[in-house]
Amino acid sequence: MTALVGLPHPGPSGGSVSSGLGGQHALSGDQRLQTLELLVGGAKCASCLGRIESAVLRLPGMETARLNLTTGKLHVAWRGALAARAVVEAVIGLGYSAAPYDVDKRETDAAREERGLVIAMVVAGLATVGVMFLSEPVWFGGDMDASSIALLRWLAALIAVPASLFSGQSFFASALASIRARRMNMDVPISLAVILALLLSLYATATGGAHAYFDAAVMLLFFLLIGRLLDARLRRRAFAAANALAAMQASSATRLSPGGVTEVVRAADIRPGDILLVSAGERIAVDAEVLSGASEADLRLVTGEVDPVATFPGQILHSGALNLAAPLRIRALAAADHSLMADVARLLEAGEQKKSGYRRLADKVAAIYVPLVHTTAFVGFVGWIVLGASLTQAAFIAVTVLIITCPCALGLAAPLVQVVAAQKLFERDIFLSSGDALERLATVDHVVLDKTGTLTLGEPALSPGDWSNEDLQDAAQLARCSRHPLSRAIVAAARSGPVAQGVREHPGLGMEGLVDGRKARLGRSGFVAPGPDRPGLWFSFEGGEPRVFIFDDIIRPDAAQAVARLKALGLEIELLSGDSVGRVEAGAAAAGIDVWTASATPQSKAARLAELESAGRKVLMVGDGLNDAGALAGAHASMAPGGAVDISRLAADCIYATGNLNAVVDTIVISRKARDRMRENFALASAYNLLAIPLALMGWATPVVAAIAMSLSSVAVTLNALRMPR
Amino acid sequence: MNILLLMLPGALLLAMLALVGFVWALKSGQFEDPAGDAARILQDEERPG
Repeated sequence: MTALVGLPHPGPSGGSVSSGLGGQHALSGDQRLQTLELLVGGAKCASCLGRIESAVLRLPGMETARLNLTTGKLHVAWRGALAARAVVEAVIGLGYSAAPYDVDKRETDAAREERGLVIAMVVAGLATVGVMFLSEPVWFGGDMDASSIALLRWLAALIAVPASLFSGQSFFASALASIRARRMNMDVPISLAVILALLLSLYATATGGAHAYFDAAVMLLFFLLIGRLLDARLRRRAFAAANALAAMQASSATRLSPGGVTEVVRAADIRPGDILLVSAGERIAVDAEVLSGASEADLRLVTGEVDPVATFPGQILHSGALNLAAPLRIRALAAADHSLMADVARLLEAGEQKKSGYRRLADKVAAIYVPLVHTTAFVGFVGWIVLGASLTQAAFIAVTVLIITCPCALGLAAPLVQVVAAQKLFERDIFLSSGDALERLATVDHVVLDKTGTLTLGEPALSPGDWSNEDLQDAAQLARCSRHPLSRAIVAAARSGPVAQGVREHPGLGMEGLVDGRKARLGRSGFVAPGPDRPGLWFSFEGGEPRVFIFDDIIRPDAAQAVARLKALGLEIELLSGDSVGRVEAGAAAAGIDVWTASATPQSKAARLAELESAGRKVLMVGDGLNDAGALAGAHASMAPGGAVDISRLAADCIYATGNLNAVVDTIVISRKARDRMRENFALASAYNLLAIPLALMGWATPVVAAIAMSLSSVAVTLNALRMPR
Repeated sequence: MNILLLMLPGALLLAMLALVGFVWALKSGQFEDPAGDAARILQDEERPG
């Protein structure tokens, strides 16, 4: 969970998270056992474990505190009046980050699936060992009499038949589903091979036939289950990482009940029509209508605009907007999980549908492989009958072809590579949402970047203008009294210094106070000097000449380097932003991007992507805002930084927690390497089958040959998958 | 060869025991936190008495 260290924390020092629990868990005087799961960031060593657990156990009424160092989750249980926020504060007080964690249903499902696969794999593994012990004397035992061979075979059947039926369940179910849907997948030949191998071997055992393939059936399942398990683990880790990011940014809201009482609720518990109070500095959790309060909203995550927007009653604010200046009273228009513009919702849906149509490399291979193998087996059957073999002999040969060509190595080829590549990405704090995301990322040839928050830091910074250092220092005296992002940018430029006296804040307008004994104002142009409202932050002494400070969103320090690396990989890059023309042009120039579009809406972003796609481009979309969500979902592949709005994180194939643009380049490089390894693996596995089919057709594929070939091809594929760079 | 009648059921029984043991360990959560378990053995007992 190293990824969680240093992530942007919601609100000032996690206050919004801890207060979010006050309303839910602080049932005073209640002696019921209360439990809470917390996600703890930064705990990696034995001493962290001891410090956190003992600090939490010292809280009154605490019964259990157990930190899982592997997942970073702290499970606590207590009785009494202790508020959950006290637990969060205790952990934060030790210097770690903490956030309440709700387990996602997908994650528990994935965990259950994984456990089932582990048991199936262990059963198949033990059965393989047992059946091998029993098969070996038959293969190499020399002059063994028929009754002994029959005994050993019956014992092998006793192990192999129940073990295969148990371990193979997931394959049989998937094969049936695939046949019903009339889409061939690898599970069809796998299931067929296992069942035919068992039936053929039972027949051979009963009639004293030449070969029994009990060992092949269980070994096949064992190898394939390793691949399945790796795939399931990858998916579960991806869910867990995505949930962890979401938990760290979990939002809460203050709800005003009809009786006039306020209560703190989780964003997920907000219902349409609820009246909410949003204090300055708080992010709006749901789409809402402003009822009262004059403030400014920061819409960077929503539209990509850098300049704050003034709020007015009746205005619709979308989730993700940050209230800057003064408390607002708003009415929720939608629940949190439905909270986004209807248009964006439609774009998202369209994108999801498109992606579900993507066919994995493995499925493409299966579509060629399955008919080829089944035809070969049929041709072998007919051929041997024509050549005068008995029906039993011919059937035996056909079934051997199916067994020996069973895509054991093919089943391992993709998941192994995906797991190794995902591990490389995890080490760089990049989380994949699925294995096929890796395949899609590898094929991109065009990168579309969002500007605000993706190419830039997403924080305003003072840009040079028509003001002296003296003006800056004077303005900073007022700015030091405010948490407004523009004030903070002024302070960052002016560094430390004196503070103005008698400062009064005028919400939504600016602030006034005494700077070196003279009355001065800092704020919107209309507030500082009479006249029409003009952009920028204005400063003036009473009766003096107003000065304007202009801000810009500064570009990430690694942006130009990352863009150059992307170009070197042969990718075309363009900038697609909702911000104004001047800012987008400047950003594009600074990063070295030639093609750019400004003032883009969510629809025009999605439309531009569709246009590129119809021109045959495979587009990677990188963005963090609500206005990017539709484009992210619709793109061939997509990435979002860890600080993105929830909906964009969910829509993206890949999340990079650092926000560092070089992560995008690394992801493409690694996914391309992974695609090469996968292709090599499919080639290796197919080459083995090309050798094995003639052997089986000639009737030379004895169980020993099948066992050796199967193990060797699987080992070759595994070793090749591990050959990832660095 | 009669010894097989004793050996083979014995071997099967042992394998079944191993399987049951593993499933029990898995279900009782012994593979949930390998990193934490490794760290915990280094910790001093909080309250020796």
